[in-house]
Amino acid sequence: MLDFYNIDSVLSEEERAVRDSVRSFVDGSVLPVIGEAYVQGRFPRELIPEMGELGVFGANLPEEYGCAGLNNVAYGLIMQELERGDSGVRSFASVQGALAMYPIYAFGSEEQKQKYLPKMAKGEIIGCFGLTEPDYGSNPSGMITMAREQGDGTWILNGAKMWITNGSTADIAVVWAKTNGDTSDKSIRGFIVPKGTKGFTSKDQKGKLSLRASDTSELVFQDVHLPKDAMLPKSGGLKSPLMCLTQARYGISWGAIGAAMACFEEALDYAQHRVMFDKVIAGFQIQQVRLADMLSEIVKAQLLSLQLGRLKDAGTMTPQQVSLAKRNNVNMATDIAREARRLLGANGILAEYSAMRHMANLESVYTYEGTHDVHSLILGQAVTGMNAFK
Amino acid sequence: MKIAVCIKRTPDSESRFRIAASGAAIDETGLKFDIDDFAGYAVEAALQINEKSGGGETVVYALGPDNVQEPLRKAMSMGADRAVQLKADTVPVDGIAVARALAAELKTGGYDLILFGKHAFDTSAGVVGTAVAELLGLPCVTAASQLDVANGKGTARRELEGAAELVEFPLPAVVTIDEGVARPRYPSLKGIMAAKKKPLESKPAQLGPVRVTVAKAELPPERPAGRIIGEGVTAVPELVRLLQTEAKVL
Repeated sequence: MLDFYNIDSVLSEEERAVRDSVRSFVDGSVLPVIGEAYVQGRFPRELIPEMGELGVFGANLPEEYGCAGLNNVAYGLIMQELERGDSGVRSFASVQGALAMYPIYAFGSEEQKQKYLPKMAKGEIIGCFGLTEPDYGSNPSGMITMAREQGDGTWILNGAKMWITNGSTADIAVVWAKTNGDTSDKSIRGFIVPKGTKGFTSKDQKGKLSLRASDTSELVFQDVHLPKDAMLPKSGGLKSPLMCLTQARYGISWGAIGAAMACFEEALDYAQHRVMFDKVIAGFQIQQVRLADMLSEIVKAQLLSLQLGRLKDAGTMTPQQVSLAKRNNVNMATDIAREARRLLGANGILAEYSAMRHMANLESVYTYEGTHDVHSLILGQAVTGMNAFK
Repeated sequence: MKIAVCIKRTPDSESRFRIAASGAAIDETGLKFDIDDFAGYAVEAALQINEKSGGGETVVYALGPDNVQEPLRKAMSMGADRAVQLKADTVPVDGIAVARALAAELKTGGYDLILFGKHAFDTSAGVVGTAVAELLGLPCVTAASQLDVANGKGTARRELEGAAELVEFPLPAVVTIDEGVARPRYPSLKGIMAAKKKPLESKPAQLGPVRVTVAKAELPPERPAGRIIGEGVTAVPELVRLLQTEAKVL
């Protein structure tokens, strides 16, 4: 696998072991089924128990909650390998770990952590994250989903969420809502809503041409009555879901490298075997430029994410640094996937190869978890001090 | 059941190999190493036997320089309880020397079962397992594709050309493992963390005299390019003629 700058030499033995184990899993269990699942438009659920046993869900959360307690570089390498398989498979793990387990870990009560985290680590309880609404994507502070506390301390939840990864698969939804009629984003709190709660329905979003091997759903809450302890007690304001997004975006910045590596490896292998004009196309300058460009961008992204991971492990990483990595790496991966598809010629449009699947997937990754444009504005604000969102 | 598994560190079989400057070995630069495939099956077989019986101990052994510690830790991350490195500057190609060092160590271990891969990918010699059995005076079964133990007795299945045989043997015994036993598990991430805390003992290997060495290593000759002699049915007569006169296979 591509390691042009011998980055392995600065990974610890444990980080390499984690990467190699997930790599073997992806090679042995994901790649053989993913093309067909993608064409069928289904998430390969049969992988969940094996992923749970391997320990990829919330792998950077502590051992006391049944997680592996890995550092963030190892966690990033897991995301890289999963997305080398498919962005949908990585999205499943990202949502489970960074968007469902993490808020319970960070904002939940000890009872909530004990109740949910060990089973979620094993993949026995699947979670999703409900923040985005039909009319509030890049601007989550405008959300209209509302929870009202009743006299007895219980809650009534009303609203709708859209583009929710794992939405129909999930056993529990971590839903973000404003509270008690207060329309400012300071009133936002997180709620654990189990599947099957009266008034809570989820519906698969049909017609996707991207992330086809992933469940994307709409959630509707109509007078959903929740017990007192459904709320995540330490959540408070928009900052809480944004903290989750920082975790997920961190993983995505690594994941995109995996997709790019898969496309590069496929393009290189194809170029070395495909004969045109009596020689393999790898011998033509035009394809060598393509491959050299891909290689350079991947190496840069690998170094970027590694340093980001070291900063995260040191506790000094900023959300703006995550924005830069997500923006850069996903953008480079979308470009590489497209170039790989082109290098593969007509074969590049087949599901038998991975380039076009990655290319289509990455358009979603480019758009979700803060669009490319939103991250541009975050970085613009970071360096100029001026807010260009409004 | 107390089980020893002797593993070897070998390069990924799909690597592109080059000959080292010495002319008598492969160049290890840039190669990725792992537990040899058949030894991986042996680790899995041992873990399954002990899991089924609900107890026992699985100990992994490897002979060589400190780089064998990584595959030893991998075996522990799969579930082995502890590991022993028999330290040597290099791994001799003389399987008898390796067997002697292993046997000296295993003799006092009190093992019910000693497992090996049927042979290692890098030398394909298949000497060490059988030689250890001989040195320890134990029954030996080679290339087992299935292995069960019960009541102090072992049974193994061996795949033959167009047939299979089931053999029985008393314990303790040495068994070399073929693929066919369950696929080696992926080390779980928790297992990888736990392996850091498991004991890895390192002691000098008692190799004795090394009598076999590699004099020269070379890559297989490059295959000549193929040639297209035509397409469809019309090409068949020419193809048959060339297979008879040039390739001389018909």
